[in-house]
Amino acid sequence: MAEPEDRTPGAEPDGRFDRARLKEQLAGAGPLVGLALLVVVLSILSPAFLSVNNVVNIFQQISVLAILALGATAVIITGGIDLSVGSVLALAGISTAWLANEAGLPFALAVVLGLLVGGTAGLVNGILITKGKLPPFIATLAMLSMARGLTLVISDGRPISGFPDGFRLLVNFRLFGIVPLSVLLVLALFVAGSAYLRLRPSGRALYAIGGSHEVARLSGLRVEREKIKTYTAAGFLAGAGGLLLAARLNSAQPNAGQGIELDVIAAVVIGGASLAGGAGTVAGTLTGALIIGVLRNGLNLLDVSSFWQQVVIGAVIAAAVMADTLRRRADD
Amino acid sequence: MRSTRRRTRLFAILAVLALTATACGNGDTNEPDDATDADAATEETEATDADDTEATDDETADASDVTIGLALSTLQNPFFVTLRDGAQAAADEAGATLSVSDAQDDAQQQADDIQDFITQAVDVILINPVDSAAIVPSIEAANEAGIPVFTVDRGADGGEVVTHIASDNVLGGRLAAEYLFEQVGGEGTVAQLEGVPGASATNDRGQGFQEALDGATGIELASSQTANFNREEGYNVAQNLFQATSDLAGIFAQNDEMALGAVEAAEEAGLTDLVIVGFDATDDALAAIADGRMAGTVAQQPALMGELGVDLAVDFLVEGQELTPIVPVEVAVVTTANVDDFLPES
Repeated sequence: MAEPEDRTPGAEPDGRFDRARLKEQLAGAGPLVGLALLVVVLSILSPAFLSVNNVVNIFQQISVLAILALGATAVIITGGIDLSVGSVLALAGISTAWLANEAGLPFALAVVLGLLVGGTAGLVNGILITKGKLPPFIATLAMLSMARGLTLVISDGRPISGFPDGFRLLVNFRLFGIVPLSVLLVLALFVAGSAYLRLRPSGRALYAIGGSHEVARLSGLRVEREKIKTYTAAGFLAGAGGLLLAARLNSAQPNAGQGIELDVIAAVVIGGASLAGGAGTVAGTLTGALIIGVLRNGLNLLDVSSFWQQVVIGAVIAAAVMADTLRRRADD
Repeated sequence: MRSTRRRTRLFAILAVLALTATACGNGDTNEPDDATDADAATEETEATDADDTEATDDETADASDVTIGLALSTLQNPFFVTLRDGAQAAADEAGATLSVSDAQDDAQQQADDIQDFITQAVDVILINPVDSAAIVPSIEAANEAGIPVFTVDRGADGGEVVTHIASDNVLGGRLAAEYLFEQVGGEGTVAQLEGVPGASATNDRGQGFQEALDGATGIELASSQTANFNREEGYNVAQNLFQATSDLAGIFAQNDEMALGAVEAAEEAGLTDLVIVGFDATDDALAAIADGRMAGTVAQQPALMGELGVDLAVDFLVEGQELTPIVPVEVAVVTTANVDDFLPES
């Protein structure tokens, strides 16, 4: 992901960093306990829950959410927020579908352009935030509206359906007949993301930026540049999520991803990240996304009324984050 | 410094606009009478289906004196073009005069249109409001002028309205369920995908489904879960239903988006015999039915809606017929057998 020239001297680990890293690793364990508890309870309540098929389904069902949440983890670590991911997801999906099905471009090219559209939206977010000095909440809120609007303009408000089989292999091909390609892709992205944040200096710099912009800047980090890169990456990932969703439904939807930004933020925060910035892990985010996915799946299997589902999901989010915060305070 | 502050303020305004736009956008999903439902249903026959209009054939001399104003929200949408054609045909048959206005989805324009109708002293105004709230002053003006008002498809938030004529979502839910039960062979386990919790379309379509379920003997409801009228959620929830119920024979989805999500999930799971019935008759759903991937859907009948509006208005004026506050319009089940009648001409 990062080129060698991104090695910035200020990101070398020192004592303060090691302690922060240790705390992050601890924070990763909290949500995992919650997830394990949830899995145990649901396996007892529903015999269908712990089957191989169902577990694969859950991973498949959270794949789009997880990809978006991966980008959001980096954004939130820098102390920012990205509300535009749902709209950017739809814009990338519709762009690819339109370029291929209406404009007649080769599908592979349309896929690349769709990803670029996502990256560009992220880049614009980053520039608005760093050069335009907009608070991330406002910049990405504006992008949320603009990207959704453009999606509707391009699609004329209608879904664009029917993609080549090669593209649909993304969801239809299964390794050993079990694990869908889309899930493998998500796992690969998470491994790469985790390695980047832990090992690359520019990845670790994000924690310093989230901890304190001013200190990070004074210690020689190129704060603006790292932030722009982070939002661009989040945009790319939102684009990838949009393409994955389109492959899954065999249709690009103009209203895709509406409201998903809240699930994304919830997944990241359940995973132990702090909205104040400076804390969060990729592994925690995957756990957070799994908690949301497992909960939705389990409530479906148990045939819980849709009214109560909303109550339960809200309560679990509150409980998960509260447990984490209390435990952290005890650690200090 | 100054310019930065000004820029910040500009973006604050933009943000508020964005928020407003989002809020409006979300509202649309819940609306059963939304125009996106509409472009498919262009059935123009079925005059005999209108049981509510027994007196339509009376060619009373008085009917020829009747002038009806029809204030439409837009003629850009084929749904309302078909509605107008239905109204025109009914007016021609009754010998009444029909005057049609097109507000082009502009509430201000519609207020002017209705003012013109009042000036012309039409006998009755049928309104398909651009906006349920913004139309209220216009209805009150018509009330003051002593001109009775009917609303069509979309209702009004206030003013005195004789009756509201709209598609019957309860009937649609029941017909869809009955068709589903018939397709699974009269017995077996079925599931329902619900719309946005609390939305009127969810409640009405769900009520119709429940009525059919209560009347069916061999059918068991395994599960009824929301997928928020959304295709992706339809896919996920259907996938979960397959896990929970291994012998699922059919699914009723309260809109076509969720049904199409269920179709993809069923195909992926290799459940080729699963019967899936949707609602709304969107272009995508009609195509899926024509391809045999989906069993059926429910279509609104705008022509019948227009026809019923004119017939009821004439009856009300000429014979003083009492009307209920809401007149439901029949909907039609689209199946693999009759889907060709509903497919958009290309």
